[in-house]
This record gives sequence, C-alpha cells and structure tokens, in this order.
Amino acid sequence: MNDPDKQDTATLHVNERSPANRTPSAEERAWEERTLAPTLAKSPERHAEFTTISGHPVRRLYTEADLSAWNPEIDLGYPGAPPYTRGIHSTMHRGRLWTMRQFAGFGAAEDTNQRFRYLLTQGQTGLSTAFDLPTLMGYDSDHPLSEGEVGKCGVAISSLADMEVLFDQIPLADVTTSMTINSPAAVIWAMYLAVAEKQGADWKKISGTLQNDILKEYIAQKEYIYPPEPSMRLVMDTFEFAVKQTPRFNPISISGYHIREAGSTAIQELAFTLRDGMEYVEWALRRGMNIDDFGPLLSFFFNAHSDFFEEIAKYRAARRIWHKAMTERYGSKNPRSWALRFHSQTAGCSLTAQQPFNNVVRTALQALSAVLGGTQSLHTNSLDEAWALPTEFAATIALRTQQIIAHETGVTNTVDPLGGSYFVEALTNEVEAGAWDYIRKIDSMGGMVAAIERSYPQREIAEASYRYQMELDKKEKIMVGVNDFVSSEKPLEILQIDETVAHRQAERLRKLRAERSQDQVNRALAALRNASRGKDNLMPAIYASVKAYATLGEICDVMRDVFGTYEEVAIT
Amino acid sequence: MPEKRIRVLIAKPGLDGHDRGAKVIARALRDAGMEVIYTGLRQTPEMIASAAVQEDVDVIGLSILSGAHNTLCPQLMSLLREKGMDDVTVVVGGIIPGADIPALKQAGIAEIFLPGTSTQAIVDFIQKKRAHHERA
Repeated sequence: MNDPDKQDTATLHVNERSPANRTPSAEERAWEERTLAPTLAKSPERHAEFTTISGHPVRRLYTEADLSAWNPEIDLGYPGAPPYTRGIHSTMHRGRLWTMRQFAGFGAAEDTNQRFRYLLTQGQTGLSTAFDLPTLMGYDSDHPLSEGEVGKCGVAISSLADMEVLFDQIPLADVTTSMTINSPAAVIWAMYLAVAEKQGADWKKISGTLQNDILKEYIAQKEYIYPPEPSMRLVMDTFEFAVKQTPRFNPISISGYHIREAGSTAIQELAFTLRDGMEYVEWALRRGMNIDDFGPLLSFFFNAHSDFFEEIAKYRAARRIWHKAMTERYGSKNPRSWALRFHSQTAGCSLTAQQPFNNVVRTALQALSAVLGGTQSLHTNSLDEAWALPTEFAATIALRTQQIIAHETGVTNTVDPLGGSYFVEALTNEVEAGAWDYIRKIDSMGGMVAAIERSYPQREIAEASYRYQMELDKKEKIMVGVNDFVSSEKPLEILQIDETVAHRQAERLRKLRAERSQDQVNRALAALRNASRGKDNLMPAIYASVKAYATLGEICDVMRDVFGTYEEVAIT
Repeated sequence: MPEKRIRVLIAKPGLDGHDRGAKVIARALRDAGMEVIYTGLRQTPEMIASAAVQEDVDVIGLSILSGAHNTLCPQLMSLLREKGMDDVTVVVGGIIPGADIPALKQAGIAEIFLPGTSTQAIVDFIQKKRAHHERA
C-alpha cells in the first residue's frame, strides 16, 4: 500500500503468527533442498510472487510451521461455540441449509410482486427487496430528480399504497423479508410493519432484515441523505424500536458487500465492516441501551468474491473478531450476542459483460466459498447482471446454482470441511491480523464517523481499486473474456424497463394525494417535524405519517428540513 | 511551446452513487497528463453543462450505471448546444445495452465505453479525438 497511514500500522502489529517467524521443521528443510530446489532449478514457477485478488501474498506451501503459535482448542474451537471460527451452529448446514434469498425488484410494485411470487414457487426460502434509486434517495417517483430512474435499479415505492401492492398475497407472518434500504430505512420499515399489521401478522413474530447501514453509504455506496449525526440517530431509533416491538426482526445488516464492490481488498472489507459494527454498538451503548438487548439483533452482510480461499478465511476471521469484540471490548454476557450471523452475495463487480454465460461459473464458485465459510443466507447473481436486472430465465439459473451446491456437491455433509487446513488456518490468522490493524487505526482516529469525515476508508478503497485496475490493464491479473481469452459473442436478451412505469407511478401518486385525508397527513407530518427537532424516538411519528399515506418524499423532506443534507468531499 | 493539456470534466449524473469507475477513470486520465475535474455525485445535466462552460473543458466523461442514460444524455447534449459548446467531446462509460448505443451516438455522444474497457483504450481515444480536433 502506498498510503503512509497504512505503512505505520503495518509495522504496529508484529504478529507472532507472521511468516517472518516461520521455523520450518528439519523434514521440511530437507524437502526444500532435495526435492524442491532441483525442480525450481529446472523449471521456475509461473510468477515471482503469488498473491490473492486483494494483493495478499500467498506462499508456495503451508505446513505446521505456519501454525506454530496457533492453538486449535483456542483459535479454532468447535462449531456453535466461541470463538465460532468453525461456524455459529453446532450442526451448521447438516441441521438447516442457508436461506436462499434472491434479491429482486424492478418496475412498479405489481411487477416485483409477481417476481416474488414466482421465486417462492421455485423453492426460494426468503424474500429480498431491491428498491429503485429515487426510493433509496427518499424521493417520490414523480420528483424531477427521479426522471429516467423510476423502477430501473429496483422497485419504485413512494407510499404505503405501493407497499401494500408489493406484498399482496404474500403472508408476512410466514416469509422472512430483507429490505435493502438505508437512508430512508425507518420509513420503508414503517410501511412494511403497516402492511404486516393489516395482514394480521404478529409484530413479535415477524422476521426479516433491514439493511439500514448508513456508515457504509458514506464509505462506499454513497446513497446518503442526512449528515452522519442525525442518520445515526435514526439507526438507533430503529434499534430501540426493534428491541421493544419486533424482537425477531434484524434492524440492521452491517454490510461489507458495497465496500468490496467499490474496490476494497478482502481485509479492508472485513475491517471496515466490523469497525462499522463496533461504531453502531458504541452509539447504542451511549444511548443507554443494554448490549445484550440489541447485540443478538445485529446481522452482517459480506461479499462472496472470486478468490476462493481468501473469502473463506474472511468469513472465519469475521466470526472470531466479532466474538472478541463483543466479549472483550463490550463485556457482553449473552452468547447470542457473540455469534456473527451473515448474509452473503456473490460479487457483482466480478461479473463480465463479455461472454456472460461464464458468469454462471464464477457465481457458482463464489457461492461455494460462502457456503464453506458458513453463511446463513445467500444471494447468487444472475448471468446477465453486468448488463441489466436479471430476466426470469437468468434469475432461475442463479437460484438453481444454490440448490445444486446444497443438494448435489456433498459440501454440506460436514461442518467446516476446511478447518485444520494449514493454508486456510494460516490465511484466517493473517486476514484477522490485517483487519485488527485497520480497526486500531480507526480507533486512533476517534472512531468510524471521525474516520469517514477524514475520508480515510474512502481513500484506502480508492487506492485499492485503482491498483487492481492497473493490474488488469497490465494483465498482472486476468479476467477471462475481458483482458485474455477474448472472443466475440451474440448479444444477450436483457430485461428492459420502459418509461410506462414512471407514468403509472405518477398517476398512482396523483390519485393517492387526491383521495387521502390531507388534514391527517398535515397533522402527522407536523408531529414528525416536532419530534425531529427533539430527542424522542422518531419511529412512532414516522409510523403515523406512513399510516396517513404521507409519501416517502414528504416524510424524508420533513427530515431534510430539520436535519439538513450531506455533501461529501469528492476524492479522486 | 508545451502542448496544450486536454481538460476533462468527469461527471456522475443522476441519483446513482457508485463512483468506482468515475474515480478510476479520473485518476487514469490525470496520470496520462490530462487536467481532470471531477464533479462529485448527483449532478443534473444543467449542473454538468454549466461546469463544462465554466471550466472550459475539451472533454466530458459521463459515468452512468443506473439505466438512466437514455434520459440524461440527450438532455445534456441539447444543453451543451444551447450554450455553444458544440465542439466538446462527450464520452460515456458504464452499463449501456447495445440496443441503446445508436440513439446515443445519434444524439452526439462520441463514444461509449462498456464494462471491461482498459483505461489505456479510453486515454487513446480521447487523445486521438482531440488531436484531430486541434488540426481541424
């Protein structure tokens, strides 16, 4: 890494597990002399140095010498028990397979409702909602800035009326739903809870996940509305509300996925995500919440990228770090707070527009790493997603990929099949140590919000992403079909979203505004404005506004007025 | 006389915040000796056209991944014409379905760079295009 900040920390952590302290056995040294040396003399290796896709060095051979300070009883343990290296459940996928949760959303609510119902009939076990950009940014479909974007990257949801259509004939009491929404998460969640209430589903029993991870928006995905302080307040409001009202609903999915998509390394993804998690914990503790009330509701979301073993090491290290943080750093007493649960999604940025059918293979291998790494839930990308949102044909193959891994490969027959591999254990140690270096660095800056304000994680990611692009340009790293093995192919049939969605949405909004009680809307929004200025939990006022059919844009505008908006310092 | 440096405005129009590509291209063009101004996120076509005039750029590079290109590109091109910026070279990088490319070129977009394009290919295109322009 070229950044001087990083070089400081690299020397901070001289780990006794590091390769510098490696002492090979007499047998290993003898093998090097008698067997290896003559081979190298005759035919040198393909590269002088081998590295993971993140640039992390990988040695020729891993042996017991790489695990000299590693104690399997302490560092590995047993599944379902601290430090959870081998997984968070004692029987893992023998007991229960992961949730196959395909992210879907496009067009208007009725279009996505149809796709949801199709996926459920095909054996999918959970729902996951993608919202369009206007919804993610808290604008109604008929806002001038929404022009050209309605229903394109996800489903357009502007009010409770749209949400009712989205989940029409889908029993929220039985299905778990994940919603990828961040800045306006509290509002969209209130809409979901209102639909659940209308269906007669018990809030104490409904289950699902709200992404609601604003920190990674500032770091990577950039769909923020308000400044960090009021944004974090909204997150804390949802934590409190979940603890009291929806004890089985995860109010947050602390996400590395987008950090990785923005170009980070695996270690950066791990470190920034877990340090984000610690930031949420610290804000909640400052709010006066009890660690073991909200700890069990925290969930995580990682990228399943292409470097197979590095990814597996990342998931294993993630569980070990989180256990350490929750017990040693925050003094949690409840084991349910210690176990890091995570969703994973195969890497969108690894998909190629060229020779798109190769993406099925990439996705299968990435998904396999997530399964071997002990995932609780998985989304597999579709082959056409470098071009557009997936067609039903492509989405079905993606789901079938998971079913093949689950039912044909046999990898689910035993828990943590790679446990004890010299390479996987050594890499798990190295990835963990690298992540702690970053975590300490961010601690020294005063925490993640402070680090974000200094653009520290943003800069580290931009640096890594540029380095990788240069490696591709110089063919030091190969992407099949892109910078090598190039061939021509016929264009794919892709999903097109036309502008009639925007017109349908505009018409629906016009009708909604004409038919609802404007008085009730005004009163609800005035109460929200008042509450926003104070310190009370905003969920009740947001819920009342949603129930009055105030639109997403109207509700977010009230908070824009009170909280202001965030502009980042653009770095290149 | 030193050669005049090519001035480039890199812009992210629309609501999308995925700026990995825009940032990589900005840096690659700068490393190739161009002067690069990056607008930051969520620029309307009006903001981009005004910035282009104000910064007197030779090239505008738009990064669009959200599917909003058919709306945003023609808007920007007509604003540039209104402002008399007909000679600025506008290129687009991002996820653009093949079926949309002819209409975008018709609207005046000089080139569309799809995912997987090397940064060198973009540098070469811009240098060639502007050299041709200077001679013309």
